[in-house]
Amino acid sequence: MLEMKNISKQFPGVLANEDVNLTVNKGEVHALLGENGAGKSTLMNILCGLYKPTSGEIFIEGQPVKFASAKDSMSIGIGMVHQHFMLIPTLSVIENCLIGSKSAGGLKLDTRSAAKSLSELAKKYSMNIDPSALVSSLSVGEMQRVEIIKALYRGARILILDEPTAVLTPQETNELFKMIRGLKQHGFTVLFISHKLNEVKEISDRVTVLRLGRAIGTYDTEDCSVQDLARLMVGRDVKFTVDKKEQQTGKAVLSLKGVSLLRKGGGAKLLDDISLDVHAGEIVGIAGVDGNGQAELVECLTGIICEAEGEADYCGKDLLKCSTREIMSSGISHIPQDRQRTGLVMPMPLTENFILQDYYTGKFGKHGFLDWKSVGESSDRLIRSFSIKAPGKEELAQNLSGGNQQKVVVAREINRSPRLIIAMHPTRGLDVGAIEYIHGKLIEQRDNGAAVLLVSTEMEEILKISDRIAVMYEGRIMGIVRPKETTAEKMGLMMGGNDLAKIS
Amino acid sequence: MNLISGYLASDIRMATPILFAGLGLLIINRSGLLNIGAEGTMLVSTLLAVVGSYYSGSVWVGLLCAVISGALMGLLFAFFTVTVKANQIVIGAALNILGSGLSATLNRIIFGVSTTVTRFDAFTNIKIPLLSDIPLIGGALFNQMIPVYAAFLLVPAISYYLFRTQAGLNLRSVGENPRVADTLGVNVYRLQYMSAIIGSALIAAGGAYLSTGLVSSFSEEMVAGRGYIALAAVVFGKYKPGGVMLASLIFVAGNVLSNILQVSGTPIPYTLLTMIPYVLTVVALAAFAKGAVAPASLGRPYKRG
Repeated sequence: MLEMKNISKQFPGVLANEDVNLTVNKGEVHALLGENGAGKSTLMNILCGLYKPTSGEIFIEGQPVKFASAKDSMSIGIGMVHQHFMLIPTLSVIENCLIGSKSAGGLKLDTRSAAKSLSELAKKYSMNIDPSALVSSLSVGEMQRVEIIKALYRGARILILDEPTAVLTPQETNELFKMIRGLKQHGFTVLFISHKLNEVKEISDRVTVLRLGRAIGTYDTEDCSVQDLARLMVGRDVKFTVDKKEQQTGKAVLSLKGVSLLRKGGGAKLLDDISLDVHAGEIVGIAGVDGNGQAELVECLTGIICEAEGEADYCGKDLLKCSTREIMSSGISHIPQDRQRTGLVMPMPLTENFILQDYYTGKFGKHGFLDWKSVGESSDRLIRSFSIKAPGKEELAQNLSGGNQQKVVVAREINRSPRLIIAMHPTRGLDVGAIEYIHGKLIEQRDNGAAVLLVSTEMEEILKISDRIAVMYEGRIMGIVRPKETTAEKMGLMMGGNDLAKIS
Repeated sequence: MNLISGYLASDIRMATPILFAGLGLLIINRSGLLNIGAEGTMLVSTLLAVVGSYYSGSVWVGLLCAVISGALMGLLFAFFTVTVKANQIVIGAALNILGSGLSATLNRIIFGVSTTVTRFDAFTNIKIPLLSDIPLIGGALFNQMIPVYAAFLLVPAISYYLFRTQAGLNLRSVGENPRVADTLGVNVYRLQYMSAIIGSALIAAGGAYLSTGLVSSFSEEMVAGRGYIALAAVVFGKYKPGGVMLASLIFVAGNVLSNILQVSGTPIPYTLLTMIPYVLTVVALAAFAKGAVAPASLGRPYKRG
């Protein structure tokens, strides 16, 4: 049905795809597996006409095709659902589907018949959508459905889904998988791009693995275990467990006593009487479903929110009464939850991003002047020792892949030899290789005697690397457990609002 | 009775140049381009309307010359902002300086520095039968020049185009997110060029009406900030044609009111009267500016691939 032959794509300074071959059969779910930055999205952007390949050919049903724009690939029946939704929030679902279409009704926008055919499509593939709703009023899962419907409405026979589950909850992912199976039954071909091994294993018939821009091979998914897929993707064996030294707990570095935060405008407290100690040489995980006060807790401890009551004692200082700069200059490092918005300044080069925390300290210059030579040397060292994949230290942060961006943040924060690390979602959206690396770094810090407060919604991650786990629900701590002495089931109950005392 | 009618008539008459420019800017803004060069575009067109009318003896030729000059200014703007991807504010400012210098220089070359008034064909009022006999508002609304009717008829026309046609949807989507439009097969660059050219031509029509309708003479800097007021009118009008119309009428209403009161010899001090337009602007700002939703990609150059 679809064949891409010897595709190469050269960007300035980066060879994103090199001699890639891809054959997709009609009616199959074909997964494209690879780490962040392996060239999956580039390849798909070539297929849907957004990029022109530097060399190589594309065949659809044996016919060579050339795409000058997205329009050309769409007219052949290729529809792409991008990772970042291509929807305009201020327009309705119908309007979003009609943009750029050659409507039969002449000049006038034919919303009525469009609404009718959208409803029919939604019904046929059992997707629940209101065509006249404003896109901005939809949930993320619904927006994705709109994207799929939009592609079908435009006549897509081959559907490309670029990391479709990255933004979905587990329930929404299940819904999506049901939809994909339904589409397959109706004869559609689906290209499923992902770095999540379990999902690839679950949904795909065949899988093509990309590594560093090259296609490693195509396999029947049945024949591969998750371990096999991981090895193919990363290029070496991946450990799904971590080695930790026996814990050498020191004295408490951070001690929270009755930390509470009122909600603006009344209602339930955002943080409710949180008491917790974090010792030197210990990783304390904070588990819980997103939005149960974890972000607020971190913001209180880093001086971003300063209205909290209670006490957060850190080496004789009450963090709740300190400014962010006081906190950050006293041996605390912070890996913020959103690397692109609060972790890095995207349009700035790596050198400048590396010194964001310390530019004023005299470490990198004197009398208000920066010593760029020492900044450069320090940047080179960090790029090397954290194996950050970047063309050079002057590269802009926005041009790095997500995993490498996160490594920049982690490198900056760990380089400050902190006594306490506050890390929030340090591996969100990263592939297994990068996750393994960042976990290793956090454990290394713990082994060296630092205290780590790790906030994560990934139960697996929390269970794997924490020494103790506190589960948060609606701003309260439901219980503190040790990973070896608890089960995923118990954790789940606590995340759902059951006190540890009641369930054990 | 007469006062109200006269007041309404001059409000409509004087709001027309701002309405033209505002509608032109609206179309340009909706395509994601931010053009602050309306003042300069209008200045060139005020002169060219006079020149065209003077040499041909027909005000329509003058209007045509003005509109062509506007289209060229729009083409220039589009070339630098869409193709070269230069900063849109800087290019807009350059257009203003260009317009100011070009109109003054051409005026001195063509008409010389004389004090005698050049006479040329200008627009005259057209009374619409029956409608103009409506008491109170008939005379104000239906005894105006053709460009005035045209400007106000453009309001529903552009509204229909923007919100009811395929082309309008494409234009709006380019202004909101050009990448989305591109992936759906809209030719982003061509649309931006088209809207810059057509929008600037509309702005120029406002200028032409200014020098061959509202008054029939050209003087240097005669646009006197209307190009900037039109910019504000688009924001207050929430990027909708009807809103732009209301905003232009309100802005001018203050001016007209203060003029009428000054002439009528009220005991209110002169200085207080001259405050009216500004107070009105502040009030309008407070009332309308909230929730003014600009196209999401306004002012950001789009680079493909």
